Amino acid sequence: MESTALLQKVTAGMAFRGTPASLLSSSSASSHVARIKLGSRSVIRVSRLSGLTVKATHLNAYGFGTMPHNSTALKTVNKAVAVKTETGSTATAQQGHELLLFEALREGLEEEMERDPTVCVIGEDVGHYGGSYKVTKGMAEKFGDLRLLDTPIAENSFTGMAIGAAMTGLRPIVEGMNMGFLLLAFNQIANNCGMLHYTSGGQFTIPIVIRGPGGVGKQLGAEHSQRLESYFQSVPGLQMVACSTPYNAKGLMKAAIRSENPVILFEHVLLYNLKERIPDEEYVLCLEEAELVRPGQDITILTYSRMRHHVLQAVKTLVSKGYDPEVIDIRSLKPFDLFAIGNSVKKTHKVLIVEECMRTGGIGASLRAAIMENFFDELDAPIGCLSSQDVPTPYAGPLEDLTVVQPPQIVFAVEQLCKH
Amino acid sequence: MAMATAAVASVRLATTNALPRATQRSRDNEACSALNSAFFKNSIPSSSRSSRKNLKTLNDGSRKGICVRVKASTSDMVKEKALPADGQLISRHEGLDLYEDMILGRAFEDMCAQMYYRGKMFGFVHLYNGQEAVSTGFIKGLKKADYVCSTYRDHVHALSKGVPARQVMSELFGKATGCCRGQGGSMHMFSKEHNVLGGFAFIGEGIPVATGAAFTTKYRREVLKDDSADEVTIAFFGDGTCNNGQFFECLNMAALWKLPIVFVVENNLWAIGMSHYRATSVPEIWKKGPAFGMPGIHVDGMDVLKVREVAKEAIARARRGDGPTLVECETYRFRGHSLADPDELRKPAEKAHYAARDPIAALKNYLLENRLATEKELSAIEETINELIEDAVEFAEASPLPPHSQLLENVFADPKGFGIGPDGRYRCEGPGFTAGTAQV
Repeated sequence: MESTALLQKVTAGMAFRGTPASLLSSSSASSHVARIKLGSRSVIRVSRLSGLTVKATHLNAYGFGTMPHNSTALKTVNKAVAVKTETGSTATAQQGHELLLFEALREGLEEEMERDPTVCVIGEDVGHYGGSYKVTKGMAEKFGDLRLLDTPIAENSFTGMAIGAAMTGLRPIVEGMNMGFLLLAFNQIANNCGMLHYTSGGQFTIPIVIRGPGGVGKQLGAEHSQRLESYFQSVPGLQMVACSTPYNAKGLMKAAIRSENPVILFEHVLLYNLKERIPDEEYVLCLEEAELVRPGQDITILTYSRMRHHVLQAVKTLVSKGYDPEVIDIRSLKPFDLFAIGNSVKKTHKVLIVEECMRTGGIGASLRAAIMENFFDELDAPIGCLSSQDVPTPYAGPLEDLTVVQPPQIVFAVEQLCKH
Repeated sequence: MAMATAAVASVRLATTNALPRATQRSRDNEACSALNSAFFKNSIPSSSRSSRKNLKTLNDGSRKGICVRVKASTSDMVKEKALPADGQLISRHEGLDLYEDMILGRAFEDMCAQMYYRGKMFGFVHLYNGQEAVSTGFIKGLKKADYVCSTYRDHVHALSKGVPARQVMSELFGKATGCCRGQGGSMHMFSKEHNVLGGFAFIGEGIPVATGAAFTTKYRREVLKDDSADEVTIAFFGDGTCNNGQFFECLNMAALWKLPIVFVVENNLWAIGMSHYRATSVPEIWKKGPAFGMPGIHVDGMDVLKVREVAKEAIARARRGDGPTLVECETYRFRGHSLADPDELRKPAEKAHYAARDPIAALKNYLLENRLATEKELSAIEETINELIEDAVEFAEASPLPPHSQLLENVFADPKGFGIGPDGRYRCEGPGFTAGTAQV
């Protein structure tokens, strides 16, 4: 493989240094040259080591958690970035196209719906209204009312209906207008979606995607600010992923639709307007893998969804104070990518989990247990976990800010842990 | 009971001003009886008074009730039918077919009870004795590609649909040769080959699944442009389920999108120990169909010929794209709710009343009286079925239990869902994975 192209791939895959959401647009192939100079020793190591011949193992060594085998899987490209053949100098050509996260979701949806006519969307106001967060805007005109099915307000029943449709040959995507509404569909999601493949002895598959916005927004009140990942994580048979950037939103959406398993895709209300430049070419991400956001040496910070951006904000402060944290967006909430996480723990020996879930029984609680169980000997310090308060999200602004983890808390926690 | 004349009378299915059969039953609950009579005679709930102004002409052109008086819906399909020229509702071949299916259901369930008490099967087992007419009457009118969706009382639905008795019995014994590899059990009978969509433990859970299967048919016709897609789905459920939200939500959606589905209520008057009249404000379930814009039919579910006539109409209606139907079958279960139910609340008089209306005995009399079959032929059928059941038990006994390695199979359709392990490989690829743990 041409060496510049590989370098672009490698650096683009290891994303940008800590930046708040608005600067994420610089993530892709463009500024790789500058970044190498500033940046991580591991990138330089790659470029020196192998003479830039591609070997999967090299990538593995940096905790990318790339698919360990199966280079023949044509369709799934991990962390691919469009690399158009460069005509002129490296510096300026912006490849790919810029869009917002909800548009990235829509792009992924549209591509899959064009590719496979059995893919359909079922939910409230997904058709004519275009989705309460505009994820399906314009699609009903294009695909018709039956493929973007506007349902009555009956979550349990239309989720069950989607499950029945999935059993009999369709690939529905259920949109919960807000993730919290899916509490009404818990019966169908737990009993049928998760378990039916097993109780039928493998006869029926449920290739369904359940998605919707969750998380704490801007003073939406307690019931619209729920995090359901902790409730669903125990249901056997379900996979859960959380997207956090336009790039991974589109990739995970496509992967979830193509998966034969039932997948719950957690989006976040406040991330829909994130802007990023994503590749023009088609790409599908791996559902079970974590994403290395920023390589580092001092501590591993595991996070997902909106907290990724809080972490990256905190990392700016930490870097200026001389710390070198490694940030991993775990993306796959169930199952955990123990390979990527393990590699990171083996390198840094300290872990901090930053999540928006409640403290009690959240994703962090499970993750702590899994890390302790698998990598106890690698740890130099107790696993830190910053979670939301076990409090219904209050309406008042200052109180709401208190319930979720804020960057200063992350900085403080890292400082404490690094003292070990 | 003179089935022939009763059968003729029954095809006039609109129970217009006649009291539905429900109130003709002897009941001990005086209060409910009085309530119902009062309702039928003169009560017009105020909500329906005002809604009289809003009576809309519904899809198929008939004006259907918000109930002003006690009127069932008078749908187009409901009319008096003339008997065929030879005066027979059913041919000999069809009659024997129905008889055999009902005998299969009864014999199988009786054998289940025996096996349960001998410790061959465990847990909750819900038997269908007495309700065979509903299963046979409806499912024998379906094609193999049509879907059936049931509840926990699903053995006989699976059998009628064509799942071999061996597979069902093995499943009950928890053996690897069961239709669900022993992973489902009594309450989760599934068959992809015969399009049995379950088998659900929670009531009401299966109704949306059935609605989804009907939606797939409509989707295939209209989006995928597959004109051969005309599968009908039948959802079976009980009277207790008819107070559950999923029932009403699905009636609404099915009528809204004119899905090819038939909702069959097996009203056996009891939800474990809860009498239907103690749980339901308006006990006539068929009335709830018109509230959502579909015909609501009430039929004697102890009479397989009547059920069959209704089934033919409802299935044909769904198949030609006219939408859903709600059919309430008045039926009765001769045994308790499950094999663990002491069945103390039901009065002996009620049980005796329905025992006298045993659907198998009734069909037998009909076949004999109309000289469609001889005593000997019917006995031969019973013999054959008994042998079949014995064979099923032997097969189940001899079948192996599932190996430990089966535990983790089928949790995910794509076992990559178990994730990537610490060594970088997918956990499902590790040797001996299925004998390991599922921790993710």
